[in-house]
Amino acid sequence: MGQVENEQVEHEPAQNERAENQQTGKGQAGRDDTVWCATLAEWHRRVTAACAPPGRLAGLYATEEGGTPELVAIVGRDQGFLVLRAPVGHDLCYDALTPQVPAAFWYERALHDLSGLEPAGHPRLEPLLLPHLDDLGPVRPGSDLPARGHDARLGVEHVGPVDVTGRGVFTLPFGPVRSGVLESLELLLETGGEDILRINLRPHYKHRQIAKRFEQRTIEDAVLVAERVEGVHSVAHALAFVHAVETGTGVQVPAAARLQRVVVAELERIANHLDVVTQLCDCAGLAVGTARFGLHKEEVMRLMSDATGSRFGRGQVVAGGVRAALRVDPALIGRRVRALQARIADDLGALNSSASFLDRLRTTGRLATDLARRHGALGPVGRGSAVEADTRVWRPYDGYRDLTPFVPATSTLTDALGRLRVRETELAHSSDLISEAADQLTQVEPTLRTPVPPADGRYLGVAESAAGEVLYSLSLQGARVVRCFARSASFHNLVLMHNVFHGDVFTDLGFIEASFGLCYAGVAM
Amino acid sequence: MRLPWLLRGLRDGVVTTGWPARPDDYFDQFPVTPVPTGQPITDTAGMDAAELEALCPTGAINVAADTITLDRGRCIACGRCVTQRPDLFAWRPGSDVARAERDMLIADAAPAAPLPRLRADIAERTTMLRRSVHIRHVDAGSDGSDEWEVRALLNPVYDVHRLGIFFTASPRHADILLITGIGSPGMILPLARTRAAMPDPVVVIATGTDAVSGGLVGPGMGVARLLPVDVFVPGAPAPPFALLHGILLALGRLPRGDS
Repeated sequence: MGQVENEQVEHEPAQNERAENQQTGKGQAGRDDTVWCATLAEWHRRVTAACAPPGRLAGLYATEEGGTPELVAIVGRDQGFLVLRAPVGHDLCYDALTPQVPAAFWYERALHDLSGLEPAGHPRLEPLLLPHLDDLGPVRPGSDLPARGHDARLGVEHVGPVDVTGRGVFTLPFGPVRSGVLESLELLLETGGEDILRINLRPHYKHRQIAKRFEQRTIEDAVLVAERVEGVHSVAHALAFVHAVETGTGVQVPAAARLQRVVVAELERIANHLDVVTQLCDCAGLAVGTARFGLHKEEVMRLMSDATGSRFGRGQVVAGGVRAALRVDPALIGRRVRALQARIADDLGALNSSASFLDRLRTTGRLATDLARRHGALGPVGRGSAVEADTRVWRPYDGYRDLTPFVPATSTLTDALGRLRVRETELAHSSDLISEAADQLTQVEPTLRTPVPPADGRYLGVAESAAGEVLYSLSLQGARVVRCFARSASFHNLVLMHNVFHGDVFTDLGFIEASFGLCYAGVAM
Repeated sequence: MRLPWLLRGLRDGVVTTGWPARPDDYFDQFPVTPVPTGQPITDTAGMDAAELEALCPTGAINVAADTITLDRGRCIACGRCVTQRPDLFAWRPGSDVARAERDMLIADAAPAAPLPRLRADIAERTTMLRRSVHIRHVDAGSDGSDEWEVRALLNPVYDVHRLGIFFTASPRHADILLITGIGSPGMILPLARTRAAMPDPVVVIATGTDAVSGGLVGPGMGVARLLPVDVFVPGAPAPPFALLHGILLALGRLPRGDS
């Protein structure tokens, strides 16, 4: 079983044409390989081997496109992704990866919920994305829920798991309706009264069947769905989606569109990072800080709506380019962003001279570097624990290839303060990137869009959202989406919140949650 | 010791909007959704009624007897209809989009009939709450952007505290239930429990296209299938000014002539 000579290795077009891509801006640079494994045992062995650092598990899903159920693992490597596929028997059973690859913990629970797979030996195979039900009926890869949406039974709630027992220890279910204006998420806090001994997260309340919403749509409509996977990262999701399309069709994105994509993506990043800083200030009761950073964020939202017509930059990214020219002169955008960054830096200076604020962040929510690396932690959560991964740098796309390279912001602090430090540096980077892109925009041909021909096949697309890498695995047939696996940074990172409570107490929870900066819509899917 | 924050709050002068007492450019100019222009469909440019309706990915456009209507409660503001048929559809500037009846979100080209005053029953319920009102927000399956816009109401630009509007952690203190999201199955019971914990009278506001109609990701959903809704605020997501317009509409506190 599993002889090497039986393997088919398919090279994605992106690899063969990589040198050319660098010059022309075609598709997305990256060395992606697909390996078809004949047996599940071989698949298991190869995935496990590939996920050893510096490799990392980047995605795991099941599909039944060709009539046979199939498992697909996506592993991140230095220069590109390795896609490992294997057929699954019709009993849908396979040996769980989680014992060997802990990062698969939530992916396998999601597989169990949404595709009906049975990962044998999984340590906790309870529902993650669906309400707990006994009579859900058979689920297959790619199947719809039997009673979608309208059935009140789907709201039946079960009490969550209890991991810690002992004298005086109790569980506090917190959520799904939160105390502030936040997205729905249930946090089961196991506590003796002050210390959080253990936390269990239950995101299923928000599940919207996003994967099904992509299917059978045209590329043009599916981009709109991608924007709604995580509304606060609309641009990044749209970019990851169209990168997959552009890789598949070999379309060249015009220079003006590449630069414009950088401008809107970085505006989105600034807004997200400011939102995190605002929430941290709010947790600390710093009223002036909350007001100042909230004001700055509103200015970014207005700049975005002035430039694109949407406060979230929606509708701007289309396959093959961008929808329309920015409605604000790029030079003016550059000036407004630089002026704003000066005010932000000034206010951050004041924030950093507030000893009581910094005390709340120091040693709060520590994520060990070793764990972050093994898990492949993404975005500011990873970079705050010294994991130097930024899609804009290791796999530059769109205008990032035309602009001055930068070193990813990292911190070795590993705590909430480390994650704030990363975001502070990235705010400055974003401002520089927008300035430079805006300057170049005035000098390039104003062509904004290349027509996209139909394509068949399965393609990867990636983009760096403010929370980290967004990964799409997209199957196209003609001009329609057959299957779309959308992996947000939030889904990959949130599970790490189980591991960052080291003597942290109730009042640290808000800081830890804010410092992760995740969108739960992208977790519940 | 430095006091870095002391004068910082004064640095930029007053940044808070004067709305509703005074007009605000951003309120007046923000295009929440397109509406039909009212042009007769004489030149169809090769498109029949079905094709015109198919322009919209959420089925917000309806063509009947040469009259085009656009359901703003379904519109996700993708702008495709405006791009394809600028003669028939145009962005309508203005954040005054909230309505107390679902049907009133359907914009057609006919001269707008005078909008009826606030429904009498809401007015009666809110008489006691007008000057100090507490809002409980519930996310019933949003995409995350709606929460940003709701939270923006607390920033110094909108500063809803100046209007006596507050957000509260406990439903037992709340007068308004503000719901975002499509009404996902998992949130049905938590939403019902939150509503049940609120002391009457209660005003329910569905905010954003997802909550009004399910939008693109929840076709046929929306929260009105789960509980009676008093005020609908369209928008994808509803911008802060549209939210504020909806809240003041629910309270009967809009300036005269502002629907």
